[in-house]
Amino acid sequence: MTDQAQADAWRDAIFDAFQDAGIAQVAYVPDAGHKRLIERTHAANGMRAMSVATEEDAVACLAGAWLGGQKGALLMQSSGVGNTINMLSLAKTCQFPLPMFITMRGEWGEFNSWQMQMGETTQAHLELSGVKCYRCETPEDVAETVRVAIDQAYNGNCQTAVLLAQKLVGTKKFSDGGLGDNKK
Amino acid sequence: MSTIETKPDGLIDRRTFVDHLVANRGDDLCIVAGLGSPCYDLKAAGDHPLNFYLYGAMGGAVPMAMGLAAAQPEKRVMALTGDGEVLMGLTGLAAAGAEGLENLIVVVLDNERYGETGQQTTHTARGVNLAQTAIGLGYRAVRDIKTPDEAAELHDWIKTVQGPACAVVKISAEAAGMALPPQDGVYLKHRFRERLLGVQPR
Repeated sequence: MTDQAQADAWRDAIFDAFQDAGIAQVAYVPDAGHKRLIERTHAANGMRAMSVATEEDAVACLAGAWLGGQKGALLMQSSGVGNTINMLSLAKTCQFPLPMFITMRGEWGEFNSWQMQMGETTQAHLELSGVKCYRCETPEDVAETVRVAIDQAYNGNCQTAVLLAQKLVGTKKFSDGGLGDNKK
Repeated sequence: MSTIETKPDGLIDRRTFVDHLVANRGDDLCIVAGLGSPCYDLKAAGDHPLNFYLYGAMGGAVPMAMGLAAAQPEKRVMALTGDGEVLMGLTGLAAAGAEGLENLIVVVLDNERYGETGQQTTHTARGVNLAQTAIGLGYRAVRDIKTPDEAAELHDWIKTVQGPACAVVKISAEAAGMALPPQDGVYLKHRFRERLLGVQPR
Protein backbone atom coordinates (compact mmCIF):
# COMPACT_ATOMS: atom_id res chain seq x y z
CA MET A 1 0.00 0.00 0.00
CA THR A 2 1.32 3.46 -0.85
CA ASP A 3 1.70 6.03 1.91
CA GLN A 4 -1.26 7.97 0.50
CA ALA A 5 -3.42 4.88 0.31
CA GLN A 6 -2.56 4.04 3.89
CA ALA A 7 -3.30 7.61 4.98
CA ASP A 8 -6.68 7.46 3.26
CA ALA A 9 -7.47 3.99 4.59
CA TRP A 10 -7.54 4.84 8.28
CA ARG A 11 -9.60 7.96 7.62
CA ASP A 12 -12.02 5.86 5.62
CA ALA A 13 -12.14 3.43 8.52
CA ILE A 14 -13.44 6.24 10.72
CA PHE A 15 -16.09 7.06 8.15
CA ASP A 16 -17.10 3.40 7.89
CA ALA A 17 -17.42 3.19 11.67
CA PHE A 18 -19.65 6.28 11.65
CA GLN A 19 -21.89 4.70 9.04
CA ASP A 20 -22.05 1.35 10.82
CA ALA A 21 -22.95 3.06 14.10
CA GLY A 22 -25.69 5.13 12.51
CA ILE A 23 -24.02 8.48 13.16
CA ALA A 24 -26.37 11.07 11.65
CA GLN A 25 -24.72 14.37 12.60
CA VAL A 26 -21.00 15.08 12.38
CA ALA A 27 -20.19 18.45 13.93
CA TYR A 28 -16.73 19.78 13.20
CA VAL A 29 -14.24 22.57 13.24
CA PRO A 30 -11.91 21.86 10.33
CA ASP A 31 -8.48 20.33 10.66
CA ALA A 32 -6.14 19.33 7.87
CA GLY A 33 -5.93 15.87 9.38
CA HIS A 34 -9.70 15.44 9.11
CA LYS A 35 -9.98 16.93 5.59
CA ARG A 36 -10.85 13.71 3.80
CA LEU A 37 -13.25 12.58 6.52
CA ILE A 38 -15.06 15.95 6.47
CA GLU A 39 -15.41 15.76 2.70
CA ARG A 40 -16.78 12.24 2.83
CA THR A 41 -19.23 13.26 5.55
CA HIS A 42 -20.52 16.17 3.47
CA ALA A 43 -21.02 13.84 0.51
CA ALA A 44 -22.73 11.04 2.44
CA ASN A 45 -26.40 10.23 2.34
CA GLY A 46 -28.05 10.01 5.73
CA MET A 47 -25.29 11.95 7.44
CA ARG A 48 -25.30 15.69 8.07
CA ALA A 49 -22.04 17.56 8.43
CA MET A 50 -22.58 20.46 10.83
CA SER A 51 -19.96 23.18 10.40
CA VAL A 52 -19.35 25.24 13.50
CA ALA A 53 -16.84 28.01 14.09
CA THR A 54 -15.85 26.99 17.61
CA GLU A 55 -15.74 23.58 19.22
CA GLU A 56 -18.05 24.29 22.15
CA ASP A 57 -20.89 24.83 19.68
CA ALA A 58 -20.32 21.30 18.40
CA VAL A 59 -20.74 19.89 21.92
CA ALA A 60 -24.07 21.71 22.32
CA CYS A 61 -25.21 20.80 18.81
CA LEU A 62 -24.68 17.09 19.42
CA ALA A 63 -26.53 17.25 22.73
CA GLY A 64 -29.44 18.66 20.76
CA ALA A 65 -29.08 15.93 18.16
CA TRP A 66 -29.36 13.23 20.82
CA LEU A 67 -32.33 14.97 22.40
CA GLY A 68 -33.89 14.66 18.95
CA GLY A 69 -32.98 11.00 18.56
CA GLN A 70 -29.89 11.26 16.38
CA LYS A 71 -26.39 10.02 17.09
CA GLY A 72 -23.50 12.41 16.53
CA ALA A 73 -19.73 12.59 16.45
CA LEU A 74 -17.37 15.55 16.90
CA LEU A 75 -14.24 16.22 14.84
CA MET A 76 -11.66 18.76 15.96
CA GLN A 77 -8.00 19.52 16.47
CA SER A 78 -6.33 19.34 19.88
CA SER A 79 -6.13 23.15 20.10
CA GLY A 80 -9.93 23.23 20.01
CA VAL A 81 -10.28 21.12 23.17
CA GLY A 82 -9.59 24.21 25.25
CA ASN A 83 -12.68 25.82 23.78
CA THR A 84 -14.95 22.97 24.90
CA ILE A 85 -14.28 22.86 28.63
CA ASN A 86 -17.35 24.63 30.03
CA MET A 87 -19.69 23.20 27.39
CA LEU A 88 -18.55 19.67 28.31
CA SER A 89 -20.45 20.28 31.56
CA LEU A 90 -23.62 19.98 29.49
CA ALA A 91 -22.63 16.54 28.24
CA LYS A 92 -21.33 15.40 31.62
CA THR A 93 -24.17 16.70 33.79
CA CYS A 94 -26.93 15.42 31.52
CA GLN A 95 -25.05 12.25 30.47
CA PHE A 96 -25.23 13.03 26.78
CA PRO A 97 -23.29 10.48 24.72
CA LEU A 98 -20.43 12.26 22.96
CA PRO A 99 -17.68 10.56 20.94
CA MET A 100 -14.93 12.98 19.86
CA PHE A 101 -12.16 12.44 17.31
CA ILE A 102 -9.22 14.71 17.87
CA THR A 103 -6.20 15.20 15.62
CA MET A 104 -3.18 16.05 17.74
CA ARG A 105 -0.84 18.98 17.31
CA GLY A 106 2.04 20.06 19.48
CA GLU A 107 3.74 16.68 19.72
CA TRP A 108 5.67 14.48 17.24
CA GLY A 109 7.74 16.76 15.00
CA GLU A 110 5.74 19.92 15.71
CA PHE A 111 7.30 23.01 14.15
CA ASN A 112 4.95 25.60 15.63
CA SER A 113 5.86 26.25 19.26
CA TRP A 114 2.48 27.94 19.87
CA GLN A 115 0.78 24.56 19.42
CA MET A 116 2.78 22.89 22.20
CA GLN A 117 0.87 24.23 25.22
CA MET A 118 -2.57 22.95 24.20
CA GLY A 119 -1.27 19.77 22.56
CA GLU A 120 0.71 18.73 25.62
CA THR A 121 -2.26 19.28 27.95
CA THR A 122 -5.13 18.06 25.75
CA GLN A 123 -5.55 14.64 27.32
CA ALA A 124 -5.24 15.98 30.87
CA HIS A 125 -7.88 18.64 30.19
CA LEU A 126 -10.24 16.04 28.76
CA GLU A 127 -9.71 13.62 31.63
CA LEU A 128 -10.28 16.38 34.19
CA SER A 129 -13.58 16.99 32.42
CA GLY A 130 -14.54 13.35 32.77
CA VAL A 131 -13.83 12.27 29.20
CA LYS A 132 -12.42 8.78 28.61
CA CYS A 133 -9.44 9.04 26.26
CA TYR A 134 -7.90 6.53 23.84
CA ARG A 135 -4.80 7.25 21.76
CA CYS A 136 -4.08 5.93 18.29
CA GLU A 137 -0.44 5.87 17.24
CA THR A 138 -0.61 3.66 14.15
CA PRO A 139 -3.04 3.16 11.24
CA GLU A 140 -3.80 -0.34 12.52
CA ASP A 141 -5.14 1.08 15.81
CA VAL A 142 -7.76 3.31 14.28
CA ALA A 143 -10.73 1.21 13.19
CA GLU A 144 -11.17 -0.72 16.42
CA THR A 145 -10.50 2.27 18.65
CA VAL A 146 -13.06 4.39 16.85
CA ARG A 147 -15.69 1.67 17.17
CA VAL A 148 -14.94 1.24 20.86
CA ALA A 149 -15.20 4.98 21.47
CA ILE A 150 -18.56 5.24 19.73
CA ASP A 151 -20.01 2.15 21.41
CA GLN A 152 -18.81 3.18 24.84
CA ALA A 153 -20.28 6.68 24.48
CA TYR A 154 -23.67 5.41 23.33
CA ASN A 155 -23.91 2.36 25.55
CA GLY A 156 -22.67 4.20 28.61
CA ASN A 157 -24.16 7.66 28.09
CA CYS A 158 -20.69 9.11 28.50
CA GLN A 159 -18.07 11.17 26.72
CA THR A 160 -15.15 9.56 24.90
CA ALA A 161 -12.25 10.90 22.87
CA VAL A 162 -9.93 9.26 20.36
CA LEU A 163 -6.67 11.17 20.19
CA LEU A 164 -5.15 10.64 16.75
CA ALA A 165 -1.42 11.11 17.36
CA GLN A 166 0.50 13.61 15.29
CA LYS A 167 2.85 10.79 14.31
CA LEU A 168 -0.15 9.12 12.69
CA VAL A 169 -1.79 12.22 11.21
CA GLY A 170 1.40 13.71 9.78
CA THR A 171 3.35 16.79 10.70
CA LYS A 172 2.38 20.11 9.20
CA LYS A 173 5.25 21.43 7.11
CA PHE A 174 6.34 25.05 7.31
CA SER A 175 8.84 26.87 5.13
CA ASP A 176 9.63 30.47 4.36
CA GLY A 177 8.20 29.92 0.91
CA GLY A 178 4.68 29.23 2.21
CA LEU A 179 2.64 26.40 3.63
CA GLY A 180 3.61 22.84 2.86
CA ASP A 181 1.57 19.94 1.53
CA ASN A 182 -0.37 19.52 4.73
CA LYS A 183 -1.71 23.06 4.84
CA LYS A 184 -4.94 23.77 6.64
CA MET B 1 -53.63 33.41 27.18
CA SER B 2 -52.53 36.41 29.20
CA THR B 3 -52.22 39.98 27.98
CA ILE B 4 -48.67 41.16 27.46
CA GLU B 5 -48.02 43.89 29.99
CA THR B 6 -45.49 46.65 30.20
CA LYS B 7 -43.45 47.67 33.22
CA PRO B 8 -43.29 51.23 34.65
CA ASP B 9 -40.33 51.93 32.35
CA GLY B 10 -42.67 51.36 29.38
CA LEU B 11 -40.89 48.20 28.22
CA ILE B 12 -42.36 44.73 27.78
CA ASP B 13 -42.82 42.54 30.86
CA ARG B 14 -40.90 39.35 30.16
CA ARG B 15 -43.16 37.02 32.15
CA THR B 16 -46.46 37.88 30.44
CA PHE B 17 -44.69 37.94 27.06
CA VAL B 18 -43.29 34.40 27.36
CA ASP B 19 -46.59 33.19 28.78
CA HIS B 20 -48.36 34.60 25.71
CA LEU B 21 -45.69 33.26 23.34
CA VAL B 22 -46.03 29.60 24.35
CA ALA B 23 -49.72 29.51 25.29
CA ASN B 24 -51.56 26.45 23.94
CA ARG B 25 -48.32 25.18 22.45
CA GLY B 26 -49.01 21.46 22.15
CA ASP B 27 -46.32 18.93 21.23
CA ASP B 28 -45.31 20.48 17.93
CA LEU B 29 -42.94 22.89 19.64
CA CYS B 30 -39.67 21.92 21.32
CA ILE B 31 -37.91 24.58 23.42
CA VAL B 32 -34.34 24.89 24.65
CA ALA B 33 -34.13 27.67 27.25
CA GLY B 34 -30.86 29.40 28.08
CA LEU B 35 -29.67 29.64 31.65
CA GLY B 36 -31.07 32.21 34.00
CA SER B 37 -34.21 34.19 33.47
CA PRO B 38 -35.32 32.55 30.18
CA CYS B 39 -35.59 29.27 32.13
CA TYR B 40 -37.62 30.94 34.88
CA ASP B 41 -39.92 32.61 32.36
CA LEU B 42 -40.53 29.34 30.56
CA LYS B 43 -41.15 27.45 33.78
CA ALA B 44 -43.55 30.16 34.97
CA ALA B 45 -45.47 29.80 31.69
CA GLY B 46 -45.94 26.10 32.49
CA ASP B 47 -43.52 23.20 32.65
CA HIS B 48 -43.61 20.80 29.70
CA PRO B 49 -41.65 17.62 28.81
CA LEU B 50 -40.50 19.24 25.56
CA ASN B 51 -38.78 22.05 27.50
CA PHE B 52 -35.06 21.59 28.02
CA TYR B 53 -33.68 24.03 30.59
CA LEU B 54 -30.00 24.91 30.71
CA TYR B 55 -28.75 25.60 34.22
CA GLY B 56 -25.25 26.23 32.87
CA ALA B 57 -23.46 25.77 29.55
CA MET B 58 -23.85 29.47 28.76
CA GLY B 59 -23.93 30.00 25.02
CA GLY B 60 -25.35 26.54 24.40
CA ALA B 61 -29.05 27.20 23.83
CA VAL B 62 -28.86 28.18 20.16
CA PRO B 63 -26.40 25.52 18.94
CA MET B 64 -28.26 22.89 20.98
CA ALA B 65 -31.53 23.93 19.36
CA MET B 66 -29.75 23.73 16.00
CA GLY B 67 -28.79 20.09 16.52
CA LEU B 68 -32.30 19.30 17.71
CA ALA B 69 -33.89 21.09 14.74
CA ALA B 70 -31.69 19.16 12.32
CA ALA B 71 -32.72 15.89 13.98
CA GLN B 72 -36.44 16.77 14.04
CA PRO B 73 -37.35 18.59 10.81
CA GLU B 74 -41.09 17.99 11.37
CA LYS B 75 -41.09 19.86 14.70
CA ARG B 76 -40.73 23.56 15.40
CA VAL B 77 -37.65 24.09 17.56
CA MET B 78 -37.14 27.28 19.55
CA ALA B 79 -34.15 28.57 21.44
CA LEU B 80 -35.43 30.92 24.15
CA THR B 81 -32.44 32.90 25.27
CA GLY B 82 -31.20 36.26 26.50
CA ASP B 83 -28.89 38.95 25.20
CA GLY B 84 -26.13 37.92 27.57
CA GLU B 85 -26.11 34.32 26.40
CA VAL B 86 -26.33 35.24 22.73
CA LEU B 87 -23.41 37.63 23.08
CA MET B 88 -21.33 34.89 24.70
CA GLY B 89 -22.33 32.46 21.96
CA LEU B 90 -22.39 34.61 18.82
CA THR B 91 -20.64 31.80 16.97
CA GLY B 92 -23.61 29.55 17.69
CA LEU B 93 -26.01 32.18 16.38
CA ALA B 94 -23.87 32.34 13.23
CA ALA B 95 -23.71 28.56 12.80
CA ALA B 96 -27.48 28.27 13.08
CA GLY B 97 -27.97 31.07 10.56
CA ALA B 98 -25.58 29.40 8.14
CA GLU B 99 -27.15 25.98 8.60
CA GLY B 100 -30.41 27.29 7.18
CA LEU B 101 -32.87 25.13 9.13
CA GLU B 102 -36.44 26.10 8.26
CA ASN B 103 -37.82 24.87 11.60
CA LEU B 104 -35.46 26.79 13.88
CA ILE B 105 -36.58 29.93 15.72
CA VAL B 106 -34.42 31.97 18.08
CA VAL B 107 -36.22 34.29 20.50
CA VAL B 108 -33.92 36.66 22.36
CA LEU B 109 -35.20 38.32 25.53
CA ASP B 110 -33.10 41.48 25.42
CA ASN B 111 -33.09 43.38 28.71
CA GLU B 112 -29.61 44.80 28.07
CA ARG B 113 -28.49 43.24 31.34
CA TYR B 114 -26.71 40.26 32.86
CA GLY B 115 -29.60 39.48 35.18
CA GLU B 116 -28.05 36.65 37.18
CA THR B 117 -24.91 38.49 38.18
CA GLY B 118 -26.13 41.86 39.40
CA GLN B 119 -27.76 43.58 36.43
CA GLN B 120 -24.55 44.72 34.80
CA THR B 121 -25.21 46.11 31.31
CA THR B 122 -24.45 44.04 28.21
CA HIS B 123 -23.26 45.28 24.84
CA THR B 124 -26.87 45.75 23.70
CA ALA B 125 -27.07 48.68 26.14
CA ARG B 126 -24.12 50.21 24.33
CA GLY B 127 -25.23 50.15 20.73
CA VAL B 128 -24.97 46.49 19.71
CA ASN B 129 -28.14 45.56 17.80
CA LEU B 130 -28.86 41.83 17.80
CA ALA B 131 -31.67 42.04 15.24
CA GLN B 132 -29.31 43.67 12.76
CA THR B 133 -26.75 41.05 13.71
CA ALA B 134 -29.19 38.24 12.91
CA ILE B 135 -29.84 39.75 9.47
CA GLY B 136 -26.13 39.78 8.83
CA LEU B 137 -25.81 36.19 10.02
CA GLY B 138 -28.20 34.92 7.38
CA TYR B 139 -31.49 34.56 9.28
CA ARG B 140 -34.32 34.44 6.77
CA ALA B 141 -36.86 36.14 9.01
CA VAL B 142 -35.94 38.69 11.66
CA ARG B 143 -38.25 40.66 13.96
CA ASP B 144 -37.12 43.62 16.03
CA ILE B 145 -39.80 43.84 18.72
CA LYS B 146 -40.39 46.86 20.95
CA THR B 147 -44.10 47.00 21.80
CA PRO B 148 -46.63 44.59 23.33
CA ASP B 149 -48.66 44.62 20.09
CA GLU B 150 -45.64 43.55 18.05
CA ALA B 151 -44.76 40.97 20.68
CA ALA B 152 -48.27 39.49 20.57
CA GLU B 153 -47.78 38.64 16.88
CA LEU B 154 -44.95 36.26 17.75
CA HIS B 155 -47.38 33.68 19.14
CA ASP B 156 -48.53 32.80 15.62
CA TRP B 157 -45.27 33.78 13.92
CA ILE B 158 -43.26 31.03 15.62
CA LYS B 159 -45.71 28.45 14.30
CA THR B 160 -45.58 29.55 10.67
CA VAL B 161 -42.40 31.44 9.94
CA GLN B 162 -39.85 29.88 7.61
CA GLY B 163 -36.56 29.74 9.48
CA PRO B 164 -33.95 30.19 10.44
CA ALA B 165 -35.84 32.94 12.21
CA CYS B 166 -34.83 35.31 14.96
CA ALA B 167 -36.96 37.67 17.06
CA VAL B 168 -35.22 40.12 19.37
CA VAL B 169 -37.64 41.39 22.00
CA LYS B 170 -36.69 44.43 24.03
CA ILE B 171 -37.93 43.74 27.55
CA SER B 172 -37.87 45.60 30.81
CA ALA B 173 -34.80 45.08 32.96
CA GLU B 174 -37.04 44.76 35.98
CA ALA B 175 -36.44 41.29 37.41
CA ALA B 176 -39.40 38.93 37.44
CA GLY B 177 -38.32 36.64 40.24
CA MET B 178 -37.21 33.05 40.07
CA ALA B 179 -39.43 30.18 38.98
CA LEU B 180 -37.16 27.19 39.21
CA PRO B 181 -37.58 24.29 36.77
CA PRO B 182 -36.18 20.84 37.51
CA GLN B 183 -32.39 20.99 37.70
CA ASP B 184 -31.61 17.30 37.13
CA GLY B 185 -30.23 17.23 33.58
CA VAL B 186 -30.53 13.45 33.19
CA TYR B 187 -34.20 13.63 34.16
CA LEU B 188 -34.83 16.51 31.76
CA LYS B 189 -33.14 14.56 28.96
CA HIS B 190 -35.07 11.36 29.59
CA ARG B 191 -38.48 12.97 29.88
CA PHE B 192 -37.85 14.98 26.71
CA ARG B 193 -36.82 11.91 24.71
CA GLU B 194 -39.63 9.84 26.12
CA ARG B 195 -42.22 12.43 25.09
CA LEU B 196 -40.65 13.16 21.70
CA LEU B 197 -39.40 9.75 20.66
CA GLY B 198 -41.31 7.35 22.86
CA VAL B 199 -38.07 5.80 24.12
CA GLN B 200 -37.47 4.72 27.69
CA PRO B 201 -34.15 5.28 29.44
CA ARG B 202 -31.99 2.19 29.50
